[in-house]
Amino acid sequence: MSARRLAAQRREGASQSRTGFQDLYRAWMRHHRLSAADSLYRVLDKPLSSVLTWLVIGIALALPVGLNVALDNVDHLSSGWDSPAQISLFLREDLEADRAQQFQQALAAREDIAGARYVSREEALAEFSELSGFADVLASLDENPLPDLVLVTPAGQGGEAASALREELQATPEVAQAVLDMEWLQRLNSLMELSRRLVLAVGGLLVLGVVLILGNTIRLAIESRREEIVIVKLVGGSNAFVRRPFLYTGLWYGVGGGVFAATLVALSLWFLSAPVDQLAALYQSGFQLSGLGIMGALNLVILGGLLGLTGAWLAVARHLVEIEPR
Amino acid sequence: MITFDRVSKRYDEGHDALREVSVDIDRDDLVFLTGHSGAGKSTLLRLIMLMDRPTRGQVTVDGRNLATVGSRAIPRHRRDIGVVFQNHQLLFDRPVFDNVALPLIIAGYDYQEVGRRVRAALDKVGLLERERAMPVTLSGGEQQRVGIARAVVGKPKILLADEPTGNLDPALSAEIMQLFEEFNRVGVTVLIASHDLALISRLRHRIITLREGRLVSGSAA
Repeated sequence: MSARRLAAQRREGASQSRTGFQDLYRAWMRHHRLSAADSLYRVLDKPLSSVLTWLVIGIALALPVGLNVALDNVDHLSSGWDSPAQISLFLREDLEADRAQQFQQALAAREDIAGARYVSREEALAEFSELSGFADVLASLDENPLPDLVLVTPAGQGGEAASALREELQATPEVAQAVLDMEWLQRLNSLMELSRRLVLAVGGLLVLGVVLILGNTIRLAIESRREEIVIVKLVGGSNAFVRRPFLYTGLWYGVGGGVFAATLVALSLWFLSAPVDQLAALYQSGFQLSGLGIMGALNLVILGGLLGLTGAWLAVARHLVEIEPR
Repeated sequence: MITFDRVSKRYDEGHDALREVSVDIDRDDLVFLTGHSGAGKSTLLRLIMLMDRPTRGQVTVDGRNLATVGSRAIPRHRRDIGVVFQNHQLLFDRPVFDNVALPLIIAGYDYQEVGRRVRAALDKVGLLERERAMPVTLSGGEQQRVGIARAVVGKPKILLADEPTGNLDPALSAEIMQLFEEFNRVGVTVLIASHDLALISRLRHRIITLREGRLVSGSAA
């Protein structure tokens, strides 16, 4: 009888030793650490298949991200030209120089014009011969083929105001032709917008692909550990307990994929930087490729991790509940 | 401790595994459950650990009506019951220590406590020196003792065993039964399903006999 009483006391001791919110929290944290470490160990234990999974995810993520980085660079490059729009007024050839200057002053005084610069035909020729490298050819001409020019910067922003201004100036008698240097910029902008949307659509599809790939990988992991799951459930493991290691497996695959993606983007930029520098030098531009940056790379890794978790969650939600002790 | 009140279990295929079974198992008792294979022994154990639900009737374990235990509460219910399986159900890719530690890890004990309790349980079944061994390197009897250590490591009030000596020779079987008697002596309610009548009738404990799902003897203590 005394043995039984002892046993009863011992049982009470056992139940007391794991009550309280703090103990529960500690136990929960302990199992998270254990699951995270165990899953990482399992991922690293099969380096070849893990690297393949990482590569697949890395490529799928690097493609849209890389294209986006390229578009950012084009944006950056074209932002120098973006605004303000400029209207070139080519003056009639028979207009005298002082009449042309008066015209320029009248324009500069207008409220809807921020600035007007007069470029005489001689200045224009000098500038052209300097920039074009055709100095010798131009010097051999008998007559200066260029007209006088007034460069007008509209005061208001926006293409429509500039267009209206161009129409109006075209109608003035001093002007032979008024050209708005904005159309090609508008074309570029709409092309950029189109490209961004395409990248977004492709990116969306590839992200979906990544989630499905990860889901499938986790499904296979679940299948291969079916017996273990049954045993854990038999001895009282909850669904959350069984789920945890698989969620961490998804997280590790996703994070690794993000690291691979960031590396791939950095490698491609490095690969492209030499010819781009050369091209920029030819155009006398100081342009340099800008990459993802530390924050961009970090965001990519976090995105990978989130996708991994999502894929794992989908797989776990579908397949883990089906596995019950029979 | 365990009460079956007019419990019937009919499987989907129409097979009646249990018919109107009423039985009472007292706290701190050791009871054998016997009958031919297919008589309903396993079904009875499955109902206690909620691997199945009865079609009719009521099962009460440790004062709790199992019909009130929802599916989310099943893991907690199973943690209060130690179970020994005929086919051991060990994790073959983990050493003996990890197998025995599993219920404690699930319950969330800290590592020191886990180490202490696992070694105490392994000492009890005489496998203290094999804690780093992999289950495949152990004999059938040793594997069964690992299963027993795992079942008792969480100090459950109830210990169930489904044909624990099924594949063992008589000498080993007697040893295993002796272990169960020792646990019973320190206050664990033990229910052992076994068809080894020669062995269990020697042990002088209550014997419940099932035949084709009906209780034929041993309904009262």
